[in-house]
Amino acid sequence: MLVLGIGFGARFLSPGEVWSGLTDPGSQYYRIVHEMRLPRTLLGLLVGLALGLAGAIMQALTRNPLADPGLLGINAGASAAVATSAAFFGVATFSGYVWFALGGAAAVTALVYAVGGGRAATPARLALAGAALNAALYSYVSAVLLGNTASIQKVRFWTVGSLASADFDTLRRLTPFVAAGLVIALLAARPLNALSLGDDAARALGARPGLIRALVIVAVTLLCGSATAACGPIIFVGLLIPHLVRPFTGPDLRWMLPYTAVLAPVLLVGSDVLGRVLGSPGELQVGVVTAVLGGPLFLYLVRVAK
Amino acid sequence: MSKVMVIRPRAVVIGAGALLAMTAVAVLTLGTGDFPIAPADVVKTLAGQGNAAQTFIINELRLPRVVTAILVGMALAAGGAVFQSITRNPLGSPDILGITSGAGAAALAVVILGGSSTALSLAAITGGIGTALLIQLIGGRRGLQGYRFILIGVGMTAILNGIMGWLLTKGVQMENARALLWLAGSFDGRGWEEALPLLGVLIVTIPILAVVCGPGLRMLEMGDDVAAGLGVPVKRLRNGALLVASLVVACAAAAAGPVNFVALIAPNIARRVTRAPGPNLLPSMAIGALLTVAADWLAMHSGYPLPVGVVTGGLGGAYLVWLLISERKAGRI
Repeated sequence: MLVLGIGFGARFLSPGEVWSGLTDPGSQYYRIVHEMRLPRTLLGLLVGLALGLAGAIMQALTRNPLADPGLLGINAGASAAVATSAAFFGVATFSGYVWFALGGAAAVTALVYAVGGGRAATPARLALAGAALNAALYSYVSAVLLGNTASIQKVRFWTVGSLASADFDTLRRLTPFVAAGLVIALLAARPLNALSLGDDAARALGARPGLIRALVIVAVTLLCGSATAACGPIIFVGLLIPHLVRPFTGPDLRWMLPYTAVLAPVLLVGSDVLGRVLGSPGELQVGVVTAVLGGPLFLYLVRVAK
Repeated sequence: MSKVMVIRPRAVVIGAGALLAMTAVAVLTLGTGDFPIAPADVVKTLAGQGNAAQTFIINELRLPRVVTAILVGMALAAGGAVFQSITRNPLGSPDILGITSGAGAAALAVVILGGSSTALSLAAITGGIGTALLIQLIGGRRGLQGYRFILIGVGMTAILNGIMGWLLTKGVQMENARALLWLAGSFDGRGWEEALPLLGVLIVTIPILAVVCGPGLRMLEMGDDVAAGLGVPVKRLRNGALLVASLVVACAAAAAGPVNFVALIAPNIARRVTRAPGPNLLPSMAIGALLTVAADWLAMHSGYPLPVGVVTGGLGGAYLVWLLISERKAGRI
């Protein structure tokens, strides 16, 4: 998938050409690969990893098969914060965006959890709370954008969710956030397993439910906030992957998270490739592809659920 | 089954009160603008007694916009009332079920392709009704009630929003500004050519919904079996009412863009204040008109060229959060 991600584009490269482009500075493909395709593919990897993990631990925390950072409005919270920073404070770089995005994501995570009913949350409640927040936040985003025609152009691609703005600088700044989120998520895997038995059983097993919830919320905020700051709100990756992984690994998060961490980037980079193939000579933004792919799965899950 | 419409005094008083309040706000709105006119003069002008300048400004420039706002509010509220009655759920509004998004996506495609405003209206109507049919197809096997149906709508909305986002990136800058404005829902530059077709649709459909479907819908709220026992043709009534309501909502969206959440809030408020069962069609419409005109007035006074849909979207989102909390406390979800 990585090779494909690098190979596809306005100029198609064969796997052999990709390899020579990667390793041989003298190759005619070196510039294409290193300056355009490689950062984009790596960004896809990181963002996919972040969203997939966030989805998996949220589904575990809320015991809710429908949890997804996009659906629950967390990505929208980050978008709203970024739109605010771009329009009112003139922030235009990733390192500026990311703090706003983290703040927005944290606020919405807490809010959706509170509105959805905290520990008593049911899948339907959480999804509806997310839908409500999504609607309010996106109308705020469009209000901000309409007030600033110049920023429409700037943020337009960003609000769909696209990898097109990738460069190594963004990558370098994104990595620590995702890495921190990854570490926290992996650390939380064992206690989250215990928590899935219910609070009392978890306590008996030596876990501390309050602390775990706080940790998971921090991890989700880090992962979603930074991913959204880098490439805009991308929906359904966090929903799709855990469902694809669970039949193979079972519900044990210690197995699920690593598989998710491998498969989610594959999905995201794959969607990006698909978007570029279908949309050629331009591109179909990856956020659109995941929405169109993930939406039917969501509908299916709702349909089969009791 | 009685075919008689029940007249409830409380509902009449509330409907009349809402209409009165709406008229007051409308008069305020008509006086607002680059050339402020005092409310007394507005009333005089409407009665045909104003001077030439005032008559031109009010009748030619501002009245069409206000009338469009009133009609859109009524249409959305009527559609929402029927939807909520059929789904037996205060959250079952066309905004959440994705009908408005369907209309939006189809209309956006036309805006991007540079079609005429007639094509845009037709596309919005087709998109709205198409989405309604699709949701029915996906969720209808086990009936339209319950949160499963709403979640299907949430999923549809997410897909459609993805498609809309993609369409937005396809257009050039000029059309995008136009498209975004349309998508937010706005009464800027709306006039008789939007208002009159909508008025026609309302004149035809509202009697159908109120007189033909109303009594049956009230019985349907007691459950399918009870309604069927009372002689209501359950399936036909539900499908028919849903189709007509989708048409009304889609026409409103075609006139002003998807003005968010009026369809959700107005029937909710109507039901709470009239305390009557059934869709509460007419009080809902009065409250819907009041809401839209008031939101438009707010949007004009925000000191910022804000489209009305953003105001209703923000208010509606907040209301929805509150509704979810109170529904949870009541133990219904």
